[in-house]
Amino acid sequence: MIVDILFYITALVAIISGLLVITGKSPVTSALSLVLNFFCIAFIYLMLEAQFLAIIQVIVYAGAIMVLFLFVIMLLNLQDDMTLFERFDLKKGFAVLLTGLFLLEIAYIFSLDSVSVAPKGVTGASFPELGTVESIGKYLFSDFVYPFEMISVVLLSAVVGAVVIAKKKVD
Amino acid sequence: MNQHIDAIVALSAILFSMGVLGVLTRKNAITIFMSVELMLNSVNLALVAFSRLHNDITGQMLVIFVMAIAAAEVAVGLAIVISIFRNRQTADVTEINLLRW
Amino acid sequence: MNIGLFGLVIALPLAGFLLNGALGLFNLLGWRSESRKPVVGWLASLAILVPFVVLLFIFLGMSAEDKSIVTYYRWFSVEDLNINIAYQIDSLSVLMGLMVTGIGFLIHVYSIGYMKHDEGFWRFFVYLNLFIFAMLNLIFADNLVLLFLGWEGVGLCSYLLIGFWYKQAFVNDAAIKAFVMNRIGDFAFLIGMFLIFKTVGSLSFDAINSNVGLFDESTLFWAGLFLFIGATGKSAQIPLYTWLPDAMAGPTPVSALIHAATMVTAGVYMVARLSPLFSANAELMMIVAVIGGLTALFAATIGLFQNDIKKVLAYSTVSQLGYMFLAAGVGAFPIAIFHVFTHAFFKACLFLGSGSVIHAMHDEQDIRNMGGLKKYLPQTYITFFIATFALAGFPLTAGFFSKDEILFRTFASGNYILWGLAIFSALLTAIYMMRLTSLTFYGKERFDSHKTHPHESPALMTLPLWILAAGALLVGFLGLPGVVAPTNWITTWLEPSVINVEGHASHFTEWALMALGSGLAIAGLFAGWKLYTTNLETVARLKASFSGLYNLIYNKYFVDETYDNVIVKPYSWISNSLMNNLENMLLYPLYGWTAKAVSGGAELIRFIQTGHTPTYVTFFIIGVVGVISLILFI
Repeated sequence: MIVDILFYITALVAIISGLLVITGKSPVTSALSLVLNFFCIAFIYLMLEAQFLAIIQVIVYAGAIMVLFLFVIMLLNLQDDMTLFERFDLKKGFAVLLTGLFLLEIAYIFSLDSVSVAPKGVTGASFPELGTVESIGKYLFSDFVYPFEMISVVLLSAVVGAVVIAKKKVD
Repeated sequence: MNQHIDAIVALSAILFSMGVLGVLTRKNAITIFMSVELMLNSVNLALVAFSRLHNDITGQMLVIFVMAIAAAEVAVGLAIVISIFRNRQTADVTEINLLRW
Repeated sequence: MNIGLFGLVIALPLAGFLLNGALGLFNLLGWRSESRKPVVGWLASLAILVPFVVLLFIFLGMSAEDKSIVTYYRWFSVEDLNINIAYQIDSLSVLMGLMVTGIGFLIHVYSIGYMKHDEGFWRFFVYLNLFIFAMLNLIFADNLVLLFLGWEGVGLCSYLLIGFWYKQAFVNDAAIKAFVMNRIGDFAFLIGMFLIFKTVGSLSFDAINSNVGLFDESTLFWAGLFLFIGATGKSAQIPLYTWLPDAMAGPTPVSALIHAATMVTAGVYMVARLSPLFSANAELMMIVAVIGGLTALFAATIGLFQNDIKKVLAYSTVSQLGYMFLAAGVGAFPIAIFHVFTHAFFKACLFLGSGSVIHAMHDEQDIRNMGGLKKYLPQTYITFFIATFALAGFPLTAGFFSKDEILFRTFASGNYILWGLAIFSALLTAIYMMRLTSLTFYGKERFDSHKTHPHESPALMTLPLWILAAGALLVGFLGLPGVVAPTNWITTWLEPSVINVEGHASHFTEWALMALGSGLAIAGLFAGWKLYTTNLETVARLKASFSGLYNLIYNKYFVDETYDNVIVKPYSWISNSLMNNLENMLLYPLYGWTAKAVSGGAELIRFIQTGHTPTYVTFFIIGVVGVISLILFI
């Protein structure tokens, strides 16, 4: 019961913070809302007993990535952007329509009988050991070792690329 | 918690749509990036939920890789934004039409 | 029969072609060397000599009935059509192969001397080797398609070699003319091939020749006729003969090898190879015989008044090819091949001799500017003289036996008109050949002896002449006439491979015909010698009194002009009017409209290319929504 209430509150906060991200006037508002959103998601991860991912979510997303965002915002000293409903024009109306359509379609898919989130035979029993650091580590370095190595190369090239692109022209 | 899987997937869909709306309507490149992050996270959420439902670690593995890719994307993307801002004094995507010959 | 080494016969000329072609790259790189020329020349000659020796061994080890087919490679296969790179070795193909490689080798050796100072030396030998390769494919082919490959291959080499001195415009014109004329024939050849395939379902000679009964009367006639039109193109018969005299623009060894001894006889060879098919239809045979007879006479008359030493020989070749078709047409296929064989010797000898003369006269080809060369060029003179007598049919020379047999068979088959044409042509042949010899070697010197100093050619060039002259004297004894020997070697040898319709006449008739033929030959030779050595004024007076006829013949019956007016000019008129009307009035505006429509359409949709990322993202999302809708609702 208490878990249910906690979940719904978290979900509500996540939706509100998400709305703030896309409607916030200043980029800083958006960024801080996004941090809040990430925390909510991390909390849901915890509820789903994905402990490792919850920690990573906080450290990598809410920590490293968002700090990077904020850092760039300050570096560029951006002006306030127009919000979604300020100067509402045809273009924005079309965007809302399109998104609404998209959401409706997703809803329609889940309303179909043939499609269900939990197919028959899937009990949804609790497997507490699934999301631990131990099991994640075991799989990451055995079954998923090649993707893991590859992703490290991708990250390395991204780092090099970022440095090259962002540095001042040296003539 | 498993009885909430439906709700979690619904939340994921809503967050994803918000991300789409943000990408479509915002003009500031950085805000657009943040919307993209929102979309990535909603997908991650769905993945973790399904992983729990099916008792399959693959979903969580995928989430780790998505995070790594997101980090790489943000690094390169922000570098591009900085580079453009340096040249054009703006991060407004409607003022940048480099894709047009 | 041991055919283990047969692969060399086909492979070596090809190897010579490739190797010399590679050596030629040094020239292109600018690394020219005179000392490399003999290497190129002898390499090419060796690539022909070895196949000759191999064929000689096969020849000595086989009997006339022997026949084998070697298959090397499946070329292509479509449904029922299976075409192999396969070679048929029988008495006919081995005899032809021996002739081609033997004479080819002599001409290669001759060319080493003749082409010595030419800058395109290696190119020349590359083409020659390629030619021999193609010719051997043509001869040994087991099926019509492979024969056609060789057929086109020799046509290509002919084109390349006629246009060898490509820096002069008329040389290129002659090459293109030869190519186009042959192409007309080849088109007909292809149609004939299709008709045969339609009926027989196979294109190998064995299948065709053993299934002649499958044809209905008209298909057989048309198939044979189209193949024969192909042969008239390649073998320079009426109406497609006009390219051959022009082909003399090429180097003289080429004229000897390709345009006298080997390639132009390919048509005769093909007809002989398909002799069961041709002899199955009497009308077809009649057409072959009539075309042959007419060509023989027609070309012989033109040869009477030509002034270019090589042109005379060219018309003589056309005329002799006519004899071969005449022989084929009356069913004497072995005799046609016999004449191919003897003709190759004396005509190659004549051409090489004329090359020697041209060489000595520093590229002078007009016999009006020669005369009295006998004392300067003794060896050339003697060999040329022998070959002239052989061609004229002087008794006991090679030409006598083969030509006499053709005349006899024509007479025996009952075609007295054709026989009349042929015997009259024989007389003309003797006259124009002796005229050529007289004007060249006898009489006064009509050139400036201070400027031109004729000299005998080197041994490299005279040796082939002697060998060919010996052949011109002796090979005739392979085919002794029936009155002397009941069976002769050539007929016995060829009969397993080709049809031979025996002609029957009393011995008296045969003797009488032989005496008539010899008499006319001797009379013609004498007349030619008498008229053109000492009585040139008489000739001039005769020309003046028959000036109309003379002009007609001198201008080759205006055939070229007629073709020009009847075919070339209307064709270019139609092309031009199409160009001016259809092309300019309709098609060009159409292109313009198409371009305008495209650019107008592009103008309409280019607004989506804003260059702004949000636009593209919007389209992307529309796409996503659209695809989901498609999956869900359709």
